[in-house]
Amino acid sequence: MEYKDYYKIMGVARDASQDEIKRAYRKLARKYHPDVSKEPQAEVRFKELGEAYEVLKDPEKRVAYDRLGTNWKANQEFRPPPDWNAGFEFSEREFPGGDASQYSDFFESLFGHAFRSAQGGRAGARESGMGGMGSHGGRQAFHAPGEDHYAKVMIDLEDSYTGATRAITLQVPEVDQQGHLATREHTLNVVIPKGIRAKQYIRLAGQGAPSSGQGKRGDLYLEIEFRLHPYYRVEGADVYLDLPIAPWEAALGATVKVPTPGGTVGLKVPPGSTTGRKLRLKGRGIPAKTPGDLFVVLRTEPPPAADEADKAFYRSMAEQFKSFNPRAGLGVEA
Amino acid sequence: MTTENEAGASRQKQQDIPKLSGIVLDEEHLLTLTEISQACAVQTGYIIELVDEGLLTPQSGAETGQETSFREPRPHFWRFTGEQMRRARLASRLQGDLGVNLAGVALALQLLDEIAELRERLEVLGGDDWSRPG
Repeated sequence: MEYKDYYKIMGVARDASQDEIKRAYRKLARKYHPDVSKEPQAEVRFKELGEAYEVLKDPEKRVAYDRLGTNWKANQEFRPPPDWNAGFEFSEREFPGGDASQYSDFFESLFGHAFRSAQGGRAGARESGMGGMGSHGGRQAFHAPGEDHYAKVMIDLEDSYTGATRAITLQVPEVDQQGHLATREHTLNVVIPKGIRAKQYIRLAGQGAPSSGQGKRGDLYLEIEFRLHPYYRVEGADVYLDLPIAPWEAALGATVKVPTPGGTVGLKVPPGSTTGRKLRLKGRGIPAKTPGDLFVVLRTEPPPAADEADKAFYRSMAEQFKSFNPRAGLGVEA
Repeated sequence: MTTENEAGASRQKQQDIPKLSGIVLDEEHLLTLTEISQACAVQTGYIIELVDEGLLTPQSGAETGQETSFREPRPHFWRFTGEQMRRARLASRLQGDLGVNLAGVALALQLLDEIAELRERLEVLGGDDWSRPG
């Protein structure tokens, strides 16, 4: 287990006031909150930050943490000294930030046990860190249903055209009989229905957390996300494709083969097409009662002048189109 | 060395697990006030606050026809989309984690929507290099 330097994570001095710590937290939380941040590693940073703040904002925990001494270096191999927390009485209260299962082993070894009982069986299937519910969280009543869980599922665009089955593995934290927190892998084989779109949710009834009382199990929500495709772009139910065509295909018109997520189709390119022209393949977008469309955006791709014969051809083309000025619109002469 | 065996074993394991079919939260499958509250792990009162603030606009479950005489249908006739559930969760996370008030969350959500829309437009324009640094 590695030592965590909570002061360094929060960028504050060891003698920082509680107000300074709060200010530092707010500032960094806005910067690294996974819902608003585009910083690399935002989620990891935000988790670290939440853990550091959890300790430093609480005078009891901060004093206990400080007692470990100042000789530890960040990421150094760490064993808690025996009886390091003797004489401390941690109040058992809920983590306001919500989710102790997201905290490090280091945190767990120091503070985990004392706070476990207040935590109940929260699970960590959330996709974005230790987000909390603030004052709105509220403990569930005894017979309330178990908590709902979330997970993101990455699928390929093609899966939405055909439907698919995906094995989804969730890390479910559980407290074992000795009171230790352990993660259990929970695998589900989930049917991804045809026509699913990005950001849609699939609700699996009864696959969330068990109720702490006699209530029913919570649900599991899977949020769908498409993997970035090398050539398709998706907007809602519509799909976009940039299609390179040869200059003669653009000028004379042609029927060309076009890949679509549902298979190759023939597309008629009208004569006199230019780069940027948008052609619509109606109903070839994501399938549904009213399916999306596939938009093909044309881009002319001139062949390279690879050898002397090719160059001679381009020269004769220049001769043929002597009066053509591609920059006429820019107000410059040929 | 054992990867092949392991892959075989996990394939075997995968076949043993029954297939689960869920419900897609689309235009036809909406959430009630109780369901969205449970899904966001918040009290129903919080969802009502979000509606009051104009952060969520529920549809009225007025297919029943009973509540049409009310200008504002009562909360237990409200119906929410999956997208609204995403917004409500986001709002509650931002409030809890960043200590912003409801008006601040409303502003943040509006700006986040605008950013998402601009990024999408950039992508269509082929500005991937800008929209995805790194």
